[in-house]
Amino acid sequence: MAESLNQRENVAAGSVQLVHSVGMHARPAVKLTKLAKRFSSEIAVRVAGAADWIDAKSVTSVVAMRAARDSIIEFEAIGADAQAAVAALVLLIEQDFSDTVA
Amino acid sequence: MSIASALLILKGRTASRGFAHGPLALADQTRVGSRTAGSSAAEERALRAALAETNGQINTLASAIGGDAAEILEFQLELLDDKALLGPIFAAIGAGAPADDALSRVLAEQIAHYREAPDEYLQARAADLIDLRDRVLAALNGELRASLKIPAGAVVCAEDLPPSRFLEIDWSAGGGLALAHGSATSHVAMLARARGVPMVVQLGQLPAQAAMALLDGEQATLELDPPPARIADFAARRSADSIGKTAVSRVLAGPPVIWRGERVRLHINIQDAADLVHPDARYSDGIGLMRTEFLFDDPAGLPDEERQFGIYETVLRWAGDRPVTIRTVDAGGDKPIHGLTEDGEMNPFLGVRGLRLSLKRPEIFAVQLRALARAAVHGKLKVMFPMVTVPAEFIAARNLFQEVVEQLLAAGVRAALPELGIMVEVPAAALTIDTFPASFFSIGSNDLTQYVMAADRANGALSALSDPLNPAVLELIRRTAEHGLRRGAGVSLCGDMAGDPHCAAALLRCGVREFSMSPPSLGRVKQAIADLNSGAIGD
Repeated sequence: MAESLNQRENVAAGSVQLVHSVGMHARPAVKLTKLAKRFSSEIAVRVAGAADWIDAKSVTSVVAMRAARDSIIEFEAIGADAQAAVAALVLLIEQDFSDTVA
Repeated sequence: MSIASALLILKGRTASRGFAHGPLALADQTRVGSRTAGSSAAEERALRAALAETNGQINTLASAIGGDAAEILEFQLELLDDKALLGPIFAAIGAGAPADDALSRVLAEQIAHYREAPDEYLQARAADLIDLRDRVLAALNGELRASLKIPAGAVVCAEDLPPSRFLEIDWSAGGGLALAHGSATSHVAMLARARGVPMVVQLGQLPAQAAMALLDGEQATLELDPPPARIADFAARRSADSIGKTAVSRVLAGPPVIWRGERVRLHINIQDAADLVHPDARYSDGIGLMRTEFLFDDPAGLPDEERQFGIYETVLRWAGDRPVTIRTVDAGGDKPIHGLTEDGEMNPFLGVRGLRLSLKRPEIFAVQLRALARAAVHGKLKVMFPMVTVPAEFIAARNLFQEVVEQLLAAGVRAALPELGIMVEVPAAALTIDTFPASFFSIGSNDLTQYVMAADRANGALSALSDPLNPAVLELIRRTAEHGLRRGAGVSLCGDMAGDPHCAAALLRCGVREFSMSPPSLGRVKQAIADLNSGAIGD
């Protein structure tokens, strides 16, 4: 108990280039949010340079980012599984939303 | 004027090929009854129950269908579990709004947001949200959603149709889908193509009522209550299509076509990447004409460099090592574009159109040239200018293009100057073809015919004069082809006559060895040339 109270919250960040041919459209966005929801951490995402971070677990927000092909996608996560979450999401995009990742 | 004009034939765009002849069924929107709102807590409970019920319905549908269709429904399931979407709805209920009002209001904003999106794909997602809203509203109102009473084999008409509605209709007996709006890149269009259901979109309007309809997914027409002669004609087209298809697909997949020892190249005309989904497109030798007007004709305004680059690059990637000829924007004439073309011209076909307009608006033209120069490093790009009349216009455009490339390179951006050519559609250009320092020529036979014959091609009373096989037109085509051969410059023909098998012999005799046509014509034309070769038709 005491140990978990002392444990500082995990923070992780990562970025990856979007290679999907149509950009972050509905289908890739669904895969991304479904994967994000498997983690308890809060996960934020944005297109590099965008003013606002958005919730990576909200499909409407992810689609609304309108991330174009070749844009850089950045993630930030806070929570117990932050590292794992960012790694998994980066891998998903790196492998072009292949089913083996999601 | 004539009896023919009394026939109701609507013209749209093909989203899925094929034919359907059957009763017309109008798929009207769900009627939502009224309900009495309870306390905030009761409304919140009612909405949660409705969301859960909708989730169950879509899950059932998804598991019954599987494959691609299920993937489409997954987007809707994700929407049902989206805090950013649902949060404001529950907040409105907490503030005293009835559940149905709160839902409609919040989703209306989202739907409007998608409809205003800059690309067609995102606009099409509005239909998914509307479908979801209607399902949740029906569940809230305790309505048992009346299943669409669609007779077997019907031609289903709607303003637009959400994917889940499409999936509820039994298409096993045939039938087709005709939409007043809609889009060839929508989820429904993907489903229709996957299931072989003919579908035509963007018909512009829907009929109030009709008993019978003919839907032609090849020519993108919907004909209502046709007379017997039209039905017979339709049946003949349909059976010729099905008999021809087997033979033609063998020819298409077969070796390239040769005419008197020379390779004949068959290219396709497209206007966006969605046209590449046609199953025959892959058999083409490349893209002979990519129009770019559609890109500019967008309610959101003129397209920026990134958007243009993305589309050009997608098309080049599809083509691989095959050539892609993109035509710079050909606005004006019968293609007015808000914010670009000039208003109030007395005779727009003889007005500031095509390259004339681009040179007058260099700031807009330069954006397109930058996007093209950047795309040029990703494939075998060729760029041509429309409506060129004198060499000075071509030279001015080429100089501008060179400047753009130099600026990009100086800024460290990867770019290249593509091969540059002209459309041959103005008689003056055809007559002085040897004065143009272009590296290739593409004959626009529709405009060339209209200008040579002084006959408006849209005026039915002049249809006998609008004849691309008129010797005067063929003479200009022959001169152009001959010049190309002498100079070693490619000459292609990209007007309607390229896709008309009856014109193939005349064009080959004129010296044309490159044809560019819409994807559905490829097979017929290749077959026609093969027949000529085998001596089926002597000359």
